[in-house]
Amino acid sequence: MTTIAEMPAGFADKVLSAQSTFRSVMDAIARPGSVQRVAADVGTPAGMMRGAAAIALTLFDHDTPIWLDGAMSATPDVARWLKFHASAPVVADPSIASFALIGDAANLPALERFAFGSSEYPDRSTTLILQVDSLTQGPAFELKGPGIDGSAVLQAMIKPSDLFQRLSINEALFPRGIDVVLVHDDSIVAIPRTTRLIASGV
Amino acid sequence: MYVAVKGGERAIENAHRLLAHERRGDRDVPEVTLAQISEQLALGVDRVMTEGSLYDRELAALAIKQARGDMIEAIFLVRAFRATLPRFGATEPVNTGEMQVRRRISSTFKDVPGGQILGPTFDYTHRLLDPQLAEGFVPEQPETAEASQAATPRVTDILGRDGLIESSPQADSDAPVGDLTREPLSFPADRDLRLQNLARGDEGFLLALGYSTQRGYGRNHPFAGEIRFGEVEVELFAEDVGFAVPLGSIELTECQMVNQFKGSTTEPPCFTRGYGLAFGQSERKTMSMALVDRALRAGELGEEVGAPAQDEEFVMSHSDNVQSTGFVEHLKLPHYVDFQSELGLLRKLRQEFAEANQAVELQEAAE
Amino acid sequence: MNAPTYNFAYLDEQTKRMIRRAILKAIAIPGYQVPFASREMPMPYGWGTGGVQVTAAILGPDDVLKVIDQGSDDTTNAISIRKFFGKTAGVATTTSTTDATVIQTRHRIPEASLHAGQVLVYQVPIPEPLRFLEPRETETRRMHALAEYGLMHVKLYEDIARFGHIATAYAYPVKVNARYVMDPSPTPKFDNPKMDNCAALQLFGAGREKRIYAIPPYTTVVSLDFEDHPFTRYRFNAPCALCGADDSYLDEIVTDDKGGRMFVCSDTDFCEQRQAAGHHGTESAAPHKEKAHV
Repeated sequence: MTTIAEMPAGFADKVLSAQSTFRSVMDAIARPGSVQRVAADVGTPAGMMRGAAAIALTLFDHDTPIWLDGAMSATPDVARWLKFHASAPVVADPSIASFALIGDAANLPALERFAFGSSEYPDRSTTLILQVDSLTQGPAFELKGPGIDGSAVLQAMIKPSDLFQRLSINEALFPRGIDVVLVHDDSIVAIPRTTRLIASGV
Repeated sequence: MYVAVKGGERAIENAHRLLAHERRGDRDVPEVTLAQISEQLALGVDRVMTEGSLYDRELAALAIKQARGDMIEAIFLVRAFRATLPRFGATEPVNTGEMQVRRRISSTFKDVPGGQILGPTFDYTHRLLDPQLAEGFVPEQPETAEASQAATPRVTDILGRDGLIESSPQADSDAPVGDLTREPLSFPADRDLRLQNLARGDEGFLLALGYSTQRGYGRNHPFAGEIRFGEVEVELFAEDVGFAVPLGSIELTECQMVNQFKGSTTEPPCFTRGYGLAFGQSERKTMSMALVDRALRAGELGEEVGAPAQDEEFVMSHSDNVQSTGFVEHLKLPHYVDFQSELGLLRKLRQEFAEANQAVELQEAAE
Repeated sequence: MNAPTYNFAYLDEQTKRMIRRAILKAIAIPGYQVPFASREMPMPYGWGTGGVQVTAAILGPDDVLKVIDQGSDDTTNAISIRKFFGKTAGVATTTSTTDATVIQTRHRIPEASLHAGQVLVYQVPIPEPLRFLEPRETETRRMHALAEYGLMHVKLYEDIARFGHIATAYAYPVKVNARYVMDPSPTPKFDNPKMDNCAALQLFGAGREKRIYAIPPYTTVVSLDFEDHPFTRYRFNAPCALCGADDSYLDEIVTDDKGGRMFVCSDTDFCEQRQAAGHHGTESAAPHKEKAHV
């Protein structure tokens, strides 16, 4: 159990770190499949990668219910760090979460358990922040959709390996759907609900 | 030769300097102080605090001074400042039943427990311009008496005891307090958001809408059950200590309208409510607000909805004078790019019209 | 007195987070209007508060900001907004379209092609393209949910029946990514094709109406039309009197009260760059001719 004094730090510079991290996330969502870097200095509770921690401090606050997967909630560290630095409420029900932090993506719950938004308010959906093994090496995924000039190739080691197959429900659901941000260390890649998998290979 | 306009930055700076000069007016006339505005133009300050959604007499007075007495501009200044303030939480609901009453009237009963208290009001003044006030008038000291210890229960609570009026909805203290300055509004809106919208709404707009309900556009047969003005305590529940901490007291005006009854096969008939609340002494505002609040409840009470004052989207989308004035006045901004596009289309349509008419004339001449 | 102090780029961090979340959703759902809790800004509603909030939420110290109104960097409101960010964020400003990383605009899209990495922020007065056909938000929201856009086509077709043309010269509706009908803000329809497959990210902020929407880069944006009445651009058929450009949108300058006028580029940076590169116009009034420019 950590005390406040042992609590990992937040951003070194609250204002400018949040701004630069946001721009990385914005660029990632605007250019799906492209690898963006988070440059901000940020402390990380056990189990959380730098990219995920920076995104949390940039986008979470008391207006955003957060759902943590088993890996993230294995110790109280992540929840306490989120409460201390972001005042973000941690909720048990993923269907009301604004964001879900997934530390062990191999055990990602069925996507139907998260919020897809409604046809009137498709923005009321859960954004998944998924920690993965690599965003530079591994199988290739060829992607298309808004934000992509023709097609883009992402090389990544992602568990669950059928993530893109699962995300294909976005096509039928649109404009409802799930947006995903993949994180590895300080690298991030976004797969918004408009992105489609064209082909995948080794 | 034509040269594109430059020097806009200088022009803006000069305009601001000129505005500051005009604001000061004749420099031989003493400058008005914030205390003078706050003390002597108090009802203006109350309106700016109410529609500006910020209880701070000094800042409201400053805003009125800076705005040269333009109330909507002053409200705008206060709102823009308010938007930058950190939010520590929501206070406990204020108990207007325990108000230290300075004025309190009911039109529904001849006398009520705690009595009718006329207080400071224009109501029975004869509206004759008073030349004495032109300069240096010192009014007599008002009559004073010990503050009454008698309770002044709300008239609606008295009616409520006999079940003659619908019960006032008890807010769930655990439910989050709606705040349209922090959440985008979506329709249909709950009553808490409607009341917040009306409290911030333009007094003139609400007055006109309230008046329209009296004239038949959504008539709901109102009685001024009670209007009270005075001081109430404000408390904030402090999580660290575990109890509500008093923050101070504020002046409020509350109006409860008692309206036409409703009833159904399962519910006995009873009176219904319209509610108005404002900072300071703002009777016209609270009465208008109460009329419009009741009108907006038409759907909920199973009444036919058709009049402007009953139309939630119409009322809530147009009540805010800071929004309204911004958009009306934005027509002052250059629009020449759009206008040019429109001009091109109009010229083309006119040319085609002329050509078509000419063709008809030629054909008629030939026949 | 409670003297005010202000944060970097004016907005407090909580407000920025709320706007940033809305921007991300807007990019993820191209053309959909995301409701956001627009704040009261120190400038009036209708004067760019939506664009200003979006810019304030994205702007960082490394950005280079350009602000235009009617295509010009020197219109009073453009100057006022540029000064606001110069003062509150201390960012570098420019009039060059190419050098800017963030461009806030009212009523125009620059003539020069935008490049990847740039963000174009539009000030939007009425974000709802269906608003003039149906004033109720509850109704228009339902129409968007069902992609039920028949009403818009009926309106456009009524124009054709009455005038022989679609009588919309600015704020001409588009369909984004084959799903949402979107208002491009009151830009002249001349600018509509620039939104299609644009390399830059386009963000739209409507402060008074509390909506943010977006077009990601490389996204299909189609102006609504009919097979037998295709969308056409419009520009006055004359070269710019200052730089000779024959493909830029023109302002009509009235030079006297006897019918004298001249036509010059509305995009002042574009015009100045061309003049600096040695292009010149006739500097005289243009012949009065117009035609659709496809």
